[in-house]
Amino acid sequence: MSISEILFYFLSVMALGSALMVIISRNPVHSVLWLIVTFFAISGHYIMMNAQFLGIVNLIVYAGAIMVLFLFVIMLMNLNAETEPKKNKWLRMAGIVAGGCLLLVLVAALKDAEVRTSAVQLVDGDIGLIKQLGSVLFTDYVVPFEISSVLFLSAMVGAVVIGKKGD
Amino acid sequence: MNIEYYIVLSIALFCIGIAGVLTRRNAIIIFMCIELMLNAVNLLLVAFSKMHHLKGVAANPNAGIEGQLFVFFIMVVAAAEVSVGLAIIVMMYRNTHSVDVNFLNRLKH
Repeated sequence: MSISEILFYFLSVMALGSALMVIISRNPVHSVLWLIVTFFAISGHYIMMNAQFLGIVNLIVYAGAIMVLFLFVIMLMNLNAETEPKKNKWLRMAGIVAGGCLLLVLVAALKDAEVRTSAVQLVDGDIGLIKQLGSVLFTDYVVPFEISSVLFLSAMVGAVVIGKKGD
Repeated sequence: MNIEYYIVLSIALFCIGIAGVLTRRNAIIIFMCIELMLNAVNLLLVAFSKMHHLKGVAANPNAGIEGQLFVFFIMVVAAAEVSVGLAIIVMMYRNTHSVDVNFLNRLKH
């Protein structure tokens, strides 16, 4: 068993375990913290596949900015385990069964797929580096890049308009 | 490492997100589960991009780079989505003093 396989299993168990803890834990603050652990594990996967730019952006944008925003909103609302709304036991059971069924169907569909034995390049390869990504982003994909700036502007205006007090 | 391990990992993460959306009533947790699903898809896109890179690197040194660019754009859209979504949740909390999604059924009346 090579070191990258050991790392893969370690990061996968970490991601799945903390993702489960996100939906199990009663306290929303704990959920946010477990989700940050999940994002760190996913960033570890990116770095293992030598997608260094995405690994760092995932950490900065998701674990850094978005999760802090979630934590900020949860603390603003003063949510904790006592105020957490509880769902009916049977509805919860139905949700878990539905998720499990989807898992079963998708994994079963994978069983006969031809692609499944293709190898993924680990550690090596330089498409994930900022030089290659940047040159393609600013030549072939420059129009979507500019459009995404308009999206950001509209999201910013939308957030301010929605969050404004009284109207 | 074969692609199937990454596919199974992403499917499992995605289904955990689905189960979270279906089992929880707190709007913020539901939102976080959506983020989890987006990340599962991102991981799969990067894995496929590295798979195609390994196959086509001889013909094109940038083979498979589109997958990683899509992940970058998904992150951009997710950031915009979170800012608007959290603003909506804060407004909902201000009006109903709760983040329980079941309160939203009053939109029917």
